[in-house]
Amino acid sequence: MMNKKQIAITASGLTMRFGSLVAVNNVDLEIEKGSIYGFLGPNGSGKSTTIRMLCGLLTPSSGSATVMGMDTKKESESLKQKIGYMTQRFSLYEDLSVKENLQFISEIYAVPGKERKHRVVELLDSFKLADRAKQRSGTLSGGQKQRLALAAATLHKPEILFLDEPTSAVDPQNRRDFWETLFELAEQGTTILVSTHYMDEAARCHRLAILDEGVKVADGSPRQLGESISSHVVEIEADDPNNARLCLLGSEEISSITQLGIKLRVMIPKTISDPVQLVNNSLVAANIQAKTEQVFPDLEDIFVSVTQQRRREQGS
Amino acid sequence: MKSLLRVFAIMRKEFLQLSRDRLTFGMIVGIPLGQLLMFGYAINTDVRNLSAAYVDESDTHISREFIADITASQVIVMKQRVASVYELEQLLDAGSISIGIAIPGDFDRRVLERDRQAAQLLVDGADPIIAGVAQQLAALPLRFDSQARVPKQATLLEVRNYYNPERRSAVNIVPGLVGVILTMTMVLFTSVAIVREKERGNLELLINTPIKTPELMLGKIFPYILIGLIQLVLVLGLGWYFFQVPIRGSLIHVLAAALVFIAANLSLGLLVSTVAATQFQAMQMAFFFFLPSILISGFMFPFDGMPVAAQNIAEILPLTHFNRMIRGIVLRGADITSMLDELLALAIFTAVALTLAILRFSKRLD
Repeated sequence: MMNKKQIAITASGLTMRFGSLVAVNNVDLEIEKGSIYGFLGPNGSGKSTTIRMLCGLLTPSSGSATVMGMDTKKESESLKQKIGYMTQRFSLYEDLSVKENLQFISEIYAVPGKERKHRVVELLDSFKLADRAKQRSGTLSGGQKQRLALAAATLHKPEILFLDEPTSAVDPQNRRDFWETLFELAEQGTTILVSTHYMDEAARCHRLAILDEGVKVADGSPRQLGESISSHVVEIEADDPNNARLCLLGSEEISSITQLGIKLRVMIPKTISDPVQLVNNSLVAANIQAKTEQVFPDLEDIFVSVTQQRRREQGS
Repeated sequence: MKSLLRVFAIMRKEFLQLSRDRLTFGMIVGIPLGQLLMFGYAINTDVRNLSAAYVDESDTHISREFIADITASQVIVMKQRVASVYELEQLLDAGSISIGIAIPGDFDRRVLERDRQAAQLLVDGADPIIAGVAQQLAALPLRFDSQARVPKQATLLEVRNYYNPERRSAVNIVPGLVGVILTMTMVLFTSVAIVREKERGNLELLINTPIKTPELMLGKIFPYILIGLIQLVLVLGLGWYFFQVPIRGSLIHVLAAALVFIAANLSLGLLVSTVAATQFQAMQMAFFFFLPSILISGFMFPFDGMPVAAQNIAEILPLTHFNRMIRGIVLRGADITSMLDELLALAIFTAVALTLAILRFSKRLD
């Protein structure tokens, strides 16, 4: 798609301290134009704080960031016209109607007079809000509110869109539709930075960074991340998964076991050359019937692996 | 051009929100109406109908005539006659009377000989206003039918009452009330205006747009100026209707004084809203400002009677300056150009508060 790599966002050594708490610790970023970049991490991992620093809402304690070639510290005001920001919490006016909210935003961004009306109608249509135009936005459902918020954030056709956990109050169908819209926007050249704690959403991103306690523990495409982790993943399908789990818990080589229904996912360090054999040996010794298969790590495996690795490094 | 559009956008949004917030809308009309009627009728500095009791140990026609005279003044209402001074004191202690009159057994002789006071007033002096009334009563001249030969005493000074010859308190209260009501509603509305957006999360969106701080502040102020003017018309109009408070000066001058005063209060409200984190805090700070405004601005008590330190503090309060102007214009028909000092003081207050508010308001979260 992109023959020449263009960079929309760079950050180096981005750090944010609140008193003694280091919310974001020395984060470096390089985000390509027109890509969807994900921040994956649990609550409190520094996703929102990083986004706020990139928007120029928070001044980093140290380090710097450039967004669309503008310094977030010095040029945050001119940057505002180029970025769209969708806050974690619904932040439009609940006592204004859907249309009034969009009109308000169009005036705040000083969209030229003739275009203004047209743009509002266009957004109402494309975000399927036309039949809700006169409804107070406070009475909308979670999915509708989120569509309205995205419509407002994209009204002035920003080059970069920051989305802070946009789908936390939305049902699965609306989430799928939402991501369709994001891909369309990216197709048109908008760079999108989205934070999430849903693995399936993170998997849709072109590239992502995994954040843990303010530290970027890994980044790359989901594929690259899966290849780079230091563990094999073995999936075990057993009639009695609980028993299998108890049996495998004793094995020192196994670094983590996760149960998913009747399946177990087991992580084994890459230093072991034949992980399937290792698991089978243990299960046979305990006389447990099971199917075992080595699989490609999914994001949850990656997440667990990189955070564990970091803990180990910190411990030693 | 873009700035104008953004100021206009904020204004329109404020109006829309106001029209949908029934409580606030009700306050715009309800506060002036309620307070005007309440204070207009309730506050009365011309004291009448104080509860009293008396003991008459002489019980002659002169003493009875004296009691009848003093009751006829309407300053006191005679509740009961008791048998002893001790009982009078008990009634005072219990708070059931404010004034007791003790007439001794030799009242007639004292009245005739005029060598010492004829009777005694027992006064609940804890309230200085009641003590003042007692002074008036004590100065009541002795004139009895049986004493036609006592010459009518001439007083040293004659009083000529300008501007309010009937001594109606409402005439003084109503123009002052314009200022009190504007202080309450203007400071409260604006102090809550930005904090509410903070609390509801709207501000995080707003500060991420290209809007500039002065645009936001001006857009927030304009709708409330209009509301302030509505309240001004309401209070003066109703004051004229209910209490016959005259407007002797020019309406243009009233308007000019009110506009500058409204601007001062709105700027203060905005400043409060940049300091407070929650609506509750904003209200607390606003109330911290109301009480001195009402008590030491000259609205309740004459300004000149206060200690110099209090006067200096009062000079900072916008209401002090507005009271002088509005009473001057409305009651004395004064020209606003004779009160440029007051206008200047309000203008300086506005400029300082607004500048501080704009400086304090940050488009960042830290």
